[in-house]
Amino acid sequence: MRALESAERPAPGLRMRVRAGLRRRGRELPGPVAPGEALARVSGVRVRLGGREVLAGVDMTVRAGEVLALVGPNGAGKSTLLSVLAGDLAPETGVGTDTGGGAGGRAKTGAGTETRSGAGDGAGTSGGAGAGHGVWIAGRLAGDWSAPELALRRAVLPQAATLAFPFPVVEVVRMGRAPWAGTAREERDEEVVAGAMAATEVAAFAGRPFPSLSGGERARVALARVLAQEAPLMLLDEPTAALDLRHQELVLRLCRERAAAGHAVVVVLHDLGLAAAYADRVAVLHDGRVAADGPPAEVLRDELLTGVYRQPVEVLAHPRTGAPLVLPRRDGPTTG
Amino acid sequence: MTSQAIDSPGTEGTSGAGTRGSAPGTDTRAETAPAVGASGKGPRDAGAHDTGAHDTGARDTGVRDTGVQGEGRGRGGGGAGPGGGSGRAGRAWLLTAGLLAALVLLALVSAGLGAYEIPLGDVLASLGNRIGLGGRPLDRTAESVLWNIRLPRVVLALLVGASLGCAGALMQGVFGNPLAEPGVIGISSGAAVGAAGSIALGLGFLGTWTVSVCAFVTGLGTVLLVYAVSRDGGRTEVVTLILTGIAVNAFAGALIGLFIFFADNAQVTQITFWQLGSLAQATWPKVLAVLPWAVAGLAIAPLYARKLDLLALGERPARHLGVDVERLRMVLILVVALLTAAAVAVAGIITFVGLLVPHLLRMANGPGHRFLVPGSALGGAVVLTAADLGARTVAAPAELPLGVLTALLGSPFFFWLLRRTRRRQGGWA
Repeated sequence: MRALESAERPAPGLRMRVRAGLRRRGRELPGPVAPGEALARVSGVRVRLGGREVLAGVDMTVRAGEVLALVGPNGAGKSTLLSVLAGDLAPETGVGTDTGGGAGGRAKTGAGTETRSGAGDGAGTSGGAGAGHGVWIAGRLAGDWSAPELALRRAVLPQAATLAFPFPVVEVVRMGRAPWAGTAREERDEEVVAGAMAATEVAAFAGRPFPSLSGGERARVALARVLAQEAPLMLLDEPTAALDLRHQELVLRLCRERAAAGHAVVVVLHDLGLAAAYADRVAVLHDGRVAADGPPAEVLRDELLTGVYRQPVEVLAHPRTGAPLVLPRRDGPTTG
Repeated sequence: MTSQAIDSPGTEGTSGAGTRGSAPGTDTRAETAPAVGASGKGPRDAGAHDTGAHDTGARDTGVRDTGVQGEGRGRGGGGAGPGGGSGRAGRAWLLTAGLLAALVLLALVSAGLGAYEIPLGDVLASLGNRIGLGGRPLDRTAESVLWNIRLPRVVLALLVGASLGCAGALMQGVFGNPLAEPGVIGISSGAAVGAAGSIALGLGFLGTWTVSVCAFVTGLGTVLLVYAVSRDGGRTEVVTLILTGIAVNAFAGALIGLFIFFADNAQVTQITFWQLGSLAQATWPKVLAVLPWAVAGLAIAPLYARKLDLLALGERPARHLGVDVERLRMVLILVVALLTAAAVAVAGIITFVGLLVPHLLRMANGPGHRFLVPGSALGGAVVLTAADLGARTVAAPAELPLGVLTALLGSPFFFWLLRRTRRRQGGWA
């Protein structure tokens, strides 16, 4: 867990700074993050994929020190929102004209989607890139960061972990350190990698090739890689999907520890019980909109969830802890 | 006079095949025989057939031994491949040293062997003499054979092999697919279209560079086409890739056929033999024509090794780790086209080097590109130098086309790879 408490930044020595400067010029290193600081913000974001409006005007702010759970039925736009927060997808905002301003230009590296953001929307809101619609990461429009700079500020765990070549596990985790190459923090690489592997319990098979692992083991290795990246904003897309009970809890405890260390964690979950137990804030997505956003106890109510999931749901208080328990309603035995 | 005659491809004791590669070959050969024979040393041409055949036959076994040794080493390491990460660096250095030693040895042996034998000591002496490290010049014939025939050929084999090996490793990395190879996908035949076209149409607008430039342009076009057609979401499905290769090869084959149809007899033989792949016409100007392309490609490639590692995670995860994926792709595809076109332009279509070498190295030392990319260049040079030595000597005084030889040896390897992968992970997906 040592790796997780690394929010403090050791002051780089002159030699290191010179070396860093020589090796990667023009890359701005992230400064310290204040508690509660907005690490990512989306405003009025719309995303259209394959003719379908996947996100239909989403506003959301992710703050340092919190675990934000994104929940909702399949196809609600959870992963898309995560991609937007990651700066992968350049959203179109409002119904404005294609301005292709500074924000859009470089964000085109997304995934071949339309690139419209920033100023000039005609939706009747105040224009201007600073105050209008768009995506901000670490206080700047997502499109204004270069890929290496963004990699120092946010880490992303994809839904499925694939690998084209049979790298051993430790190499895969080490890939998470790539953004720090040439900086002062590079010296801590081995320590951080070891810490991340210990935290996710993958150290036992550090030498095995990644393709030989089971689905759950791969998921944990992928998570270890993301942890090793040490970005203040961590975006996890269904990190618990392939995991057993113990490791599901482990992963969310790791999220909590990260948040306690001052980072922000956004995690897509299907298990509402996990969300209730570990998240500071739960956002329920439904048809590309945020149906509810707030502390678990306020958001996870049976009428809302029943409507969103189109499945009768009951929410009970845990007899011992009082935390909300979300259960599908199963009235009576289905068989005799 | 002597040097000019020896310069021509007909000299190397080649009967039929090798000679026909160049249109004026028959004349040259007739001219060459007395020229070399005059030195009183040479068993030349038809009259001296048995001597030449006997000579090389005896040496032949030795040559093949070297080749087998080199491969055996690679495969031996493969057994321990999926081990821990520790010791990787050590093994990489060991492999590099081994490959370098093999390369130097092969180059020296190759420079000495052939219809006109030059003892290893003489080769070293002459080399030392020319670079000013002592030694002594040989007699005129030996000096001429060594410096005008053998050495350009060895250097060209080295350059072409390094280019093909490196291009294979890069392509597999960029496509995220271990089957990507210039020959398999059709990049080689794409480049061949340009070369065949320039030969058939008698283009000469850029002098010695014409064929190279034409090959490069069509090769690049083919790479871009294949890349655009076969990729989806940052990965290339194996089936898509292979099918794309079939389509590209068919189309390129048709175009080359068309050029052959319109070419005159001399051009037809030139195109045909050139397509079979051969280094028989190696000259220093040819080496110089390839050198800048190959060196540029080989110098740029290793700079992107670490990013290629990250690309193995997929396109998006690589971007999340700070890789400018679009730029990486464009640069590397250009480098692949550069290397492949350089190799194809002078040597014709030589397949499987780019497939075989990176695979063997991956088995020996894991998939990390920091070793794989330069290692594949080195390994490719070793394999092609050995293969060319084999092509020259196995059936002496005739000469096997190099591309035919590598395909003969490479295809079974491909089969073996298919079977092995099926057994291990149920095939490629």
